[in-house]
Amino acid sequence: MQDIRAKILSNEKIRPGYFKMALDAPGIKRGARPGQFVQVRCSDCLDPFLRRPFSVHRLGPLEILYEVAGRGTEILSGKKKGEWIDLLGPLGTGFSLPMKNTGSRAILIAGGIGVAPLVFLAEVLAERKIDTIVLIGVKTKNLILCEKDFKATGAEFHIATDDGSRGSKGLVSKLFEEIIDTPKKRPADSTCSRQDIKVYACGPNPMLRSIASICEQEGLGCEVSVEERMACGFGVCLGCAVKLKGKGGYKLACKDGPVFSASEIAWQVI
Amino acid sequence: MARSEVNIGRLRLKNPVMVASGTFGYAKEFEGLVDLKRLGAIVVKTITIKARPGNPMPRVCETASGMLNAIGLQNEGVENFIEEKLPYLSSLGVPIIVSISGDSIKEFCNLTKRLDKEKGVDGIELNISCPNVRTGLKAQELIAQDKDATYDVVKNVRRLTDKTLITKLSPNVTDIVEIARSACKGGTDAVSLVNTFLGMAIDIESGRPKLGNITGGLSGPCIKPIALRMVWEVARNIRRPVIGMGGIVSIEDAVEFLLAGAKAVQIGTANFIDPGICEKIIKGVERWTKTGSS
Repeated sequence: MQDIRAKILSNEKIRPGYFKMALDAPGIKRGARPGQFVQVRCSDCLDPFLRRPFSVHRLGPLEILYEVAGRGTEILSGKKKGEWIDLLGPLGTGFSLPMKNTGSRAILIAGGIGVAPLVFLAEVLAERKIDTIVLIGVKTKNLILCEKDFKATGAEFHIATDDGSRGSKGLVSKLFEEIIDTPKKRPADSTCSRQDIKVYACGPNPMLRSIASICEQEGLGCEVSVEERMACGFGVCLGCAVKLKGKGGYKLACKDGPVFSASEIAWQVI
Repeated sequence: MARSEVNIGRLRLKNPVMVASGTFGYAKEFEGLVDLKRLGAIVVKTITIKARPGNPMPRVCETASGMLNAIGLQNEGVENFIEEKLPYLSSLGVPIIVSISGDSIKEFCNLTKRLDKEKGVDGIELNISCPNVRTGLKAQELIAQDKDATYDVVKNVRRLTDKTLITKLSPNVTDIVEIARSACKGGTDAVSLVNTFLGMAIDIESGRPKLGNITGGLSGPCIKPIALRMVWEVARNIRRPVIGMGGIVSIEDAVEFLLAGAKAVQIGTANFIDPGICEKIIKGVERWTKTGSS
């Protein structure tokens, strides 16, 4: 983890309320893995006070994808190429990656802005020649993000919209159930068994809860990237606790996560 | 003795800048970000006799120029601390002050007895003022809100150790000088103030408190004027050293507290937003003590 002053290379509005910022941050580029994040100071002033966490969206150069959700991201959206911001990172654990060419298959599931870390993941999986399916769920077609980026990795791509304006109508969890039930996904002569399918999900907690439940029923390994209110972001304040099942107590989203195995989380309290 | 050195009880600090309990973990988290050997002292995250899981989420929320926290003293307990965390801390060559909290005088005493045996522990800070757990001898009250309870805890703990004892005061009181005086009467080597101010925030979308614990402790730049006033009041009314804290985020802030009468300062919440801040403040304070300008 490093605390670096990074230069803004671009800050592009990709949709109303959604921006993609590219940063010259060589120290962070070297170590980052899909699933990790950076803590960004949105202002050099004391208000807004805390840093904001953003997943590593892509590398080469470092990119973050963010929604303007409050004062910090509002300020961030106004920054221009050539300006500087402080970044701490890379932070947290990344997604566990299958080895190259093992015949494994990955299903990536994103809800809304949850696409952010999954583009990086999809790119790395493509490099490892892992057969990948991407499912994204949004409220309506105008909120679809990163479609081109996912398709560019060669992944199979499906959309679910709450209002049916594109793709399947309904939640992405419903789309997920349909995908895994489709006979061609489990052909009798498939060399890809249940054990070789890994699900990776990122999105609102209710979505993660549903995906986790389906994966448990279907016997599919699943990793989720959770989002919790954070203060420090590097394991010191103990603010971002994630409750574990049984006597597991709490783990920290910033240090032990944000990626967790879905089966270890106490979903009833999340 | 170099000009920036200070003595507090039996502690010799190379400079008057410490890091505050709950904001620096057990120091290893800052390896690589801070030259830990430069710190005046490290006050570790509060330890309790048994492990504590901490409060339900959400535990933190941002406020104007600050934040609320209701962590709830999550920690692995004293034995785990001694076995897993203390060896690294002792290797740093920096005074290590262990913050302790208990549900009763007996627990404070048991913790002190246990830590007194450890060579790596240089001092003990009595956290009688955390607003996020219930440790008061009377229901709903903190020990630090009651001058007699404060006196009792300090007096009982004092008997059990010669190590430097620091009592951390709560600002959620009518008269902090009175509490400070009780701690001194009880035999504390120094007082540290302030712990966090009790506060809350409400999410207007859900209509519910933003913290799972409903209330939490307020810290950060927004509390500095009140913390500073309290440090000034206590410092002019007791003889023992005062360690000042509350919203210090810059060299200038630290100097203000020293001018208010603090013998040393603690940097807390600032560590969350700028992990290297304590080192910057140390350099600035050392410059100030040498040259009179920061």
